[in-house]
This record gives sequence, C-alpha cells and structure tokens, in this order.
Amino acid sequence: MITHYCRIVNKTVRLDGVEIFRGEGKSLDEFLINAYNALKIDYPKFYKMDNLSKAGFLAAELVLKNSGASYSGEKISVVLSNAHASLDTDVKYANASKTVPSPALFVYTLPNIVAGEICIRHKIKGENAFFVSETFDPSLMATYVSMLPADNLCLAGWVDVMGEHHDVFLYLQDNASPGKPHNASTLNELYNKEYGTVNG
Amino acid sequence: MESAVNLRNVWVADDSIVSPLGADSEENFSNVVKSVSGLSRIADPSLSANSVYAGQIPNITGDHYLTRFEKMCTSAVSQLTSRHMLPAEKTLFVLSTTKGNIDLLKSDPSHPRIHLHATARHIAKACGFKHSLVVSNACISGVMAIAVAKRYLERGEFDHAIVVGADELTSFVVSGFESLGALSNEQCRPFDQDRAGINLGEAAGVVLLTTQPERFAPDSNIKVLGFGLTNDANHISGPSRTGEELALAIRAAINESRVSNNDIDFISAHGTATLYNDEMESKAFALSGFSETSLNSLKGFYGHTLGAAGVVEMIISIHSLKRDTLVPSIGYRESGVSQKLNVIEATTKKPLKTFLKTASGFGGCNAAMIIQKQSI
Repeated sequence: MITHYCRIVNKTVRLDGVEIFRGEGKSLDEFLINAYNALKIDYPKFYKMDNLSKAGFLAAELVLKNSGASYSGEKISVVLSNAHASLDTDVKYANASKTVPSPALFVYTLPNIVAGEICIRHKIKGENAFFVSETFDPSLMATYVSMLPADNLCLAGWVDVMGEHHDVFLYLQDNASPGKPHNASTLNELYNKEYGTVNG
Repeated sequence: MESAVNLRNVWVADDSIVSPLGADSEENFSNVVKSVSGLSRIADPSLSANSVYAGQIPNITGDHYLTRFEKMCTSAVSQLTSRHMLPAEKTLFVLSTTKGNIDLLKSDPSHPRIHLHATARHIAKACGFKHSLVVSNACISGVMAIAVAKRYLERGEFDHAIVVGADELTSFVVSGFESLGALSNEQCRPFDQDRAGINLGEAAGVVLLTTQPERFAPDSNIKVLGFGLTNDANHISGPSRTGEELALAIRAAINESRVSNNDIDFISAHGTATLYNDEMESKAFALSGFSETSLNSLKGFYGHTLGAAGVVEMIISIHSLKRDTLVPSIGYRESGVSQKLNVIEATTKKPLKTFLKTASGFGGCNAAMIIQKQSI
C-alpha cells in the first residue's frame, strides 16, 4: 500500500496532496533552501548537498518524518529513478574543473548519492537501487518494488533535477499498513495529478 | 507482496569481456591466469595533465554512429548475439554504468545520448533488443544489475537478460579521483600494507542470463543463487568503520542461497586498494567468518572499472569455477589490513563449486552475490 507520498514540482511541496510550502518564483537553489527553512529541519549537512540530493532529502523528510511513519532501518529499501542521473552536478563539476576540480562536487556526480544522503539521515540500512529512465515509469516502480522482500517497507519514486527543472515524487510503500493500492495506475495518477499547476 | 510465488532458477549461459586484457572472455581469463596486468602508465594530456597508472583499451572498433563508450558495449554484446538467437520480446537488456557517455560533455554537451537512458536504448536497439533498463548505483552497479535481472527473470517477466557493465576511462573520472587524492601513481596493491590507492580502468563485460539453460547447454552450468544489498547509512564517500553493513549483505546472500560458509570456495572481493575500503572489507569478512577463505581482488588486472567492475569480476570468477582454477590477487605481498585474510597469491588448480562476489561503493552501498556450478 502507498501510505504517504510527497510531490515537489513547480516550486511547490505537497505531502499526501496537501500543500506544505510554495516558493515565490526564485531560483531552484533559493527555493530548496527556503523550503528547508520553512520545514524547520535542523541538519547542517543539507547545505553542502547538490540540488538533486536536496530535493530528494526534503521529500524523504516529509514522507518518513512528518508523516509519522515507523520502520526499522534494516527493513526499509530505497528505490529511486530519474531521467538526468547526476548530469546537473556533472556539468557544474566539469565547469568548475576548468580552474580547479572540486572533490566536494565530484562526490555528487553519481545519481545514487541522493539515496545515500537519505539513508544517512534516516539510518536506513536496507537495499538501494537507482534506475534511469526517460520519464517517470509507473510500471517499473510498481513491478520492481513488488519484487522486494515482502516484509520490507520501501521509499520509492522519482527525483529529477536539471538546472531549474525539478520534479520529485517520493512515496512510502508498506504492505502492513492501510493506504492506496501500490500499482502502476495509482502511481501514474498520483504523479500526474499534481503536475503542471501554478508558479513556473 | 505475494507469498507463494514460484521462482524460476536463473543461470549464466554465456559471457564476454572487452578490456585492456583482451577482446573476449577467453583472452581475458588466459591473461589473468598468467598474472598479466592490463594496467600501465599513460601520459595523455587529453586524459590528465599528470601521467596516470590506469587501464585503457588500445583499439575499439564499431560503427561510426556509435561513441567510443557505445562501441565498447556493442563489441562485447555482439559476441553473444552472434552465438545465440535471443527473442527480443522475452529478453531484458540491462546497462550498468556510472558515467556512460560522459566524455561528450567536452565535445558535444547537448548530444541526446549524454543521457544514460538514451545511451542504453541506442545500444539495445543496435544489438536487436527492445526492452532496456539502466542501473546506475556507483561501484555496485554491476552486481546490482545482475541482481535486478535475476528478479525479473525468476518471476517470469522475461526469459533471458543481457546485462552489460561498462564504463570508459575519461578525463572527467580521472580528474575527480585525482581531486579526491584517491589515485595510486603505481600498480595498485589491494589489501597490501603498501597500498596507496586506486588505479582507474575501463571495460565492458556482458553476461547472458537465462531461465532456459537447456537451450544453451552444455555451457549454461552456472547458477545465480542469491544476493544481498545494504547501505552503510554512514558517509557518502567513505566506507563503514565497522564493515557490519557489508557483512549484513553477505549474510543475506548466504541465507537466500541456502548455503553455509563452508560451501564458499573463494571470494571475489571489491578490493580497490584504498586504505579505508580494504580495511572495511577485511572487517566485514572477519565478521562473516571468512578469514580462512581464499580471496582475490582483480583490481590489479583491470583497475577500478566502476560500473563494469561487478560484471567483469563476476565473469572472471565464473571462468575460475568452470576451469577449477583460483586466480591470484596481483599487487599483494604482505597484509596491510587489521583482520586476517587468505589472499590468493598464485594461480592454483583446485576443485571449485561456489563463490561469493562482493562490491561496495560511494553512497554507502554494498552488494554480495553467490554463484554456483551445477549441472542443469
């Protein structure tokens, strides 16, 4: 069952369909910091993350903490996907490297680092997987997550960032709790219904 | 989710490697048996201002519409498609890579195939496949891609899978590891007291997985038993201090495989030759009760080939099983880790049935997989 879901798109953050924070048309950099401040999170490591990790971190924070979900660290998996892998940071690293290569940027030139950041924050020791697909693929998520051990929870979804483009849909799948059915059509509906509203 | 699923067995039917050590699996394995390394000092200003000790494939051929990275992949995959007819509808194509066509950032940053999904689809199409998937999970990508394919195959989503692990030696990756101070300027020495860091490399390795081994008999006598995947939840670029999480992955793999420690004839470790990685692995193997088990790291032959490493090292280990031959961990002289390990120092003939492959990577990820020789 899908017990909680977070959508971050058009500089608007929603948890379970309810608006939590709306940005004011500023850059993605500023929006992510403002959202972090608005959510009153105290985690200084946030500031050194790249935008992909920041976006995934915020959504995970809402799905796992603000929702009140309970889980044990070894019994939760993280299955993420996106279209641009880490290309946003790859480009920034390559540009910075024309003068001096930055190790602090280089470590973010892998897409699964966002999963690593989420695992550190929430003490998740279960399995991770990162897939790259052209668009959010509801059947890939529905199928793959259903193949994980049945007693595991799973934080799954889509975390895509490239320049100002941002598109996040993270949800918690839990076989033992009530929620929406975990299948491709529900995922497709939840992903699409909050896409393309307000504030460019 | 479903409690009573009948899972099908998944077998390795064939494989290929394109690397500095050779243009196919046979040539690669014969060089490994002879302790020939594919690493050398490379002075190439387009790669780095400094000379780097690394692995580079000398000649890569392929159609002109392919990038160098894609040619590496297609020249490995085409060896398998020339030997076997695979039904496109029932075959899953999985690309395991960390950086794919990242070299295009220098020459053509708006190229559509800078995106990994587009690269995978392009290679899949060029090789005659319809369904492609990209796994990009740092240095465990290769082992994970085989695990992902196993899940799809055992549940009947597909009958066969072509799993390609590939990464190219590029200035992007070299500069990054240089900036981290992680590169050794000489031949790398996994688990040795004088180890001084990583050598980078490049390769494309391909395994053909199937649920219909009889179709590929008699070569398809290698079974993928089980695997475990975990995260350290500790640091994005440094390994666990205790090795507990890699040990958890190993335990999960052993449990799923229904084998015991005594069944493991050898371990193909990750062994990057950084101080911290090798130390973490030694702790994980000690925690798992594998202090006496024969073990190698193949990084002294190939360097760290990132998304290719798990697949290439799996293939060499499979050939070890098939020929009952333990292959050495070159670069190793004296232990430089805190826990006892039984590092293989010379090629040894010995009856072999089962091995454990492990990998760990940035983002804190760990993978373990158990492979066994069986008659079908």
